[in-house]
Amino acid sequence: NISEKASREKILTLESMNPQVKAVEYAVRGPIVLKAGEIEKELRKGIKKPFTEVIKANIGDAHAMGQRPITFLRQVVALCTYPNLLDSPSFPEDAKKRARRILQGCGGNSLGSYTASQGINCIREDVASYIERRDGGVPADPDNIYLTTGASDGISAILKILISGGGKSRTGVMIPIPQYPLYSAAISELDAIQVNYYLDEENCWGLDVNELRRALNEAKAYCNPKVLCIINPGNPTGQVQSRKCIEDVIHFAWEEKLFLLADEVYQDNVYSEGCQFHSFKKILYEMGPEYYNNVELASFHSTSKGYMGECGYRGGYMEVINLHPEIKGQLVKLLSVRLCPPVSGQAAMDIVVNPPVPGEESYAQFIKEKESVLNNLAQKAKLTEDMFNKIPGVHCNPLQGAMYAFPRIFIPPKAIEEAKVHKMAPDMFYCMKLLEETGICVVPGSGFGQREGTHHFRITILPPVEKLKILLEKVKDFHIKFLEKYA
Amino acid sequence: LTLDTMNAAVRRVEYAVRGPIVARALQLEKELKEGVPKPFSEVIKANIGDAHAMGQTPITFLRQVTALCLCPELMANPSIPNDAKERARRLLAACGGQSVGSYSASPGLDVVREDVARYIERRDGVPARAQDIYLSTGASDGIMNMLKLLVGGCGPSRTGVLIPIPQYPLYSAALAELDAVQLNYFLNEERGWGLDVAELRRAVSEGRGHCQPRALCVINPGNPTGGHGVTSHSRIPGIPGSLQVYQDNVYAPGCAFHSFKKVLMEMGPPYSESVELASFHSISKGFMGECGLRGGYMEVVNLDPAVKEQLGKLVSVRLCPPVLGQLVLDVVMNPPQPGEPSYERFQAEKTAVLSALAQKAQLTQEIFNKTPGIHCNPVQGAMYSFPRIDLPPKAVAAAKAQDQSPDMFFCMRLLEETGICVIPGSGFGQREGTFHFRMTILPPTEKLQVLLEKLSCFYTKFVREFS
Repeated sequence: NISEKASREKILTLESMNPQVKAVEYAVRGPIVLKAGEIEKELRKGIKKPFTEVIKANIGDAHAMGQRPITFLRQVVALCTYPNLLDSPSFPEDAKKRARRILQGCGGNSLGSYTASQGINCIREDVASYIERRDGGVPADPDNIYLTTGASDGISAILKILISGGGKSRTGVMIPIPQYPLYSAAISELDAIQVNYYLDEENCWGLDVNELRRALNEAKAYCNPKVLCIINPGNPTGQVQSRKCIEDVIHFAWEEKLFLLADEVYQDNVYSEGCQFHSFKKILYEMGPEYYNNVELASFHSTSKGYMGECGYRGGYMEVINLHPEIKGQLVKLLSVRLCPPVSGQAAMDIVVNPPVPGEESYAQFIKEKESVLNNLAQKAKLTEDMFNKIPGVHCNPLQGAMYAFPRIFIPPKAIEEAKVHKMAPDMFYCMKLLEETGICVVPGSGFGQREGTHHFRITILPPVEKLKILLEKVKDFHIKFLEKYA
Repeated sequence: LTLDTMNAAVRRVEYAVRGPIVARALQLEKELKEGVPKPFSEVIKANIGDAHAMGQTPITFLRQVTALCLCPELMANPSIPNDAKERARRLLAACGGQSVGSYSASPGLDVVREDVARYIERRDGVPARAQDIYLSTGASDGIMNMLKLLVGGCGPSRTGVLIPIPQYPLYSAALAELDAVQLNYFLNEERGWGLDVAELRRAVSEGRGHCQPRALCVINPGNPTGGHGVTSHSRIPGIPGSLQVYQDNVYAPGCAFHSFKKVLMEMGPPYSESVELASFHSISKGFMGECGLRGGYMEVVNLDPAVKEQLGKLVSVRLCPPVLGQLVLDVVMNPPQPGEPSYERFQAEKTAVLSALAQKAQLTQEIFNKTPGIHCNPVQGAMYSFPRIDLPPKAVAAAKAQDQSPDMFFCMRLLEETGICVIPGSGFGQREGTFHFRMTILPPTEKLQVLLEKLSCFYTKFVREFS
């Protein structure tokens, strides 16, 4: 029957689908990255371009850019995966000891068993010990530790539980601008209200409590602001919060009864002299019982960053403070529907919090590898900052931590006009041109948020030093040409 | 953040497989460890489909390939066979920086998606495309994503999703979380838990009264039922979401797994060109039992291209599924072939697992059906038995007095007195007035036999007590 062959209207379409999902955007793997993928395909087909490879400087993936895995971590996870290797002389005893301990925490001594939804007990204990050591003895309770599928999973879960109300009483979530776009994506998906607070570019992307207050008060008119998200060290901005700043934020949260989310996945990535990582948990404790017994806090860490760069394992944890016991029960229930986080990621997290110590066989090599990665990153951070600041029309704040530069770029009015014609944000237009002419893929500042009228892009500092230098030269050449073209 | 201020939809979520009875089981385990005397010496977690936890050994080849990918220095190790090394090299070449620590593309490594498509083609004799394959963090992740995309509207136009009763409670949990409308269709216990299209029609018609039914979920082989009674020529409204993670677990003679995709394609136009279908698979079940690695995939058929883009965007926010899970999936899709060094061992291990499961399925049915009052349908597939138990009115009353469903009351008593943890049928759904429990068939055969007999004994005592 010919009429039946005419295409029947689909059930699932843009119109009928979940509008919240439609509203979601995630620039780090967004349109420009899709374009980069197309260009890569064209290169493979032999199509001629002004460059021979696409450089994916859009995403904080260290191994993809040539960073080597930490040997010890891989050894332990391999031993857990294939326990026959416990008999192999080519694996050190300290790795075997840790592998055996992890396997004992697994059903049937296998990485293939589901674990408790909160994660393997002994690993949670190790995380708690790590936190105590890191924070100078401030106590941590394993019961407050939840292992997660990357930090993103924990952040999504907590936000999910927090969102309630409707209309003017809908939950408002305060997020930094610029932000890591998981936050805006999660807020869209959950149909919560995004409340922006601006970091201060003139002041090294510092966080000003006055700005927090401004944002909060304005938001009260149209939502119920309940949550304050902090990223420290910052992404994309790389700033490392001072102790005083963290105290001010905690006091603000206490005063305004806000639930604090502290995204601390870059805690091992601190480069600038005079900067130090202070966990929100530690500062909260040091501020005394009135704060420590009341402020509700969730802090997040991950195996994807730091010196490990084990993104693909999807490992992470969160520590919750002052959560109502019934809420903790609800959290475990929510997590239980997805059964458990990947056990390989849990094992990787265990090594991050329980690395070789002085006296152990693997210590020397471990420290060497770790320091090599971190020194290298520090070197690249400085290199990037310096090179960008040499380019006319580009201004780059100090890269105090994390893995990115977020330089501000001057885009001439003519280019802004042309961007409009192409229906693109001006910095997306700029980044697309950069990609097409140099093969370098970075993410436009509009994907992270920025003050109106300003433009930025985020580039990772991850490629090897020599390659990074070449990249930055290319960006410089492109920028100068761009300025000339649109003068 | 309190029960009153939290997300109300999350509050409504329940997931019986790890619910209150399991919490009690863990408590009892703790007490045993502390030396508290009990009428049993260990707690048996027969609540969850976790084969390795019950003693099943991993497939050697899978673990070898994974270990090689983790530590490429092992390429020099002479005790690891070459076919494992070849696969590892190929997979590493596909990873950023040749490391499993890199994020993969959000729908999964291209080479794995290709291998999945080829596997599906071999399985079904029908074409499959890599671009229709999305790797996921276990099947649960893929199912969640599809349901998330589907849910829209409000009030009478709110999306309704048809789910089987009894069901695997991920579905009800997901629908509660997404605030979608759950539409139950009852499987037919009298006919081996078969699916009746007339019952589907009833459920859809009733559903149309208060929502917009847009999706149909089918679990084949069934969980908890193990049933296999899906007819091939059914005109079904809405999008079938077809969970087929037990496709390698088919035991009953005369039963074979037919994928929804294959049957759909064989039905030809207009069905093959218009029915929107998502099929799900996992490495957690089958002969692999690699639950902890969180690996799986979904294949989408006839999805609107604009919606596919949205799906791609949705999965990108969580970056990618665990790479190790993707690698293990690849080996399952691309196992050792005749002539390869690992072939015989692989086949032997696989066969051992599957025939043990078949044997245990049979044993379970037999023992349960020996006890008057316990009625166990043939365990045709999957990993569970879901017997119906007759409960005397006094027991039902006692349960009510404690504000518990009668089968929860039964299962709690079973746990306290024997240490055996199973899940009450009320956690999966059942016809009003009937009672069931779900027990896995996973413990080693001798142990399983003992368990089945203990349970049957307990049942008999229980019935006598409440007569």
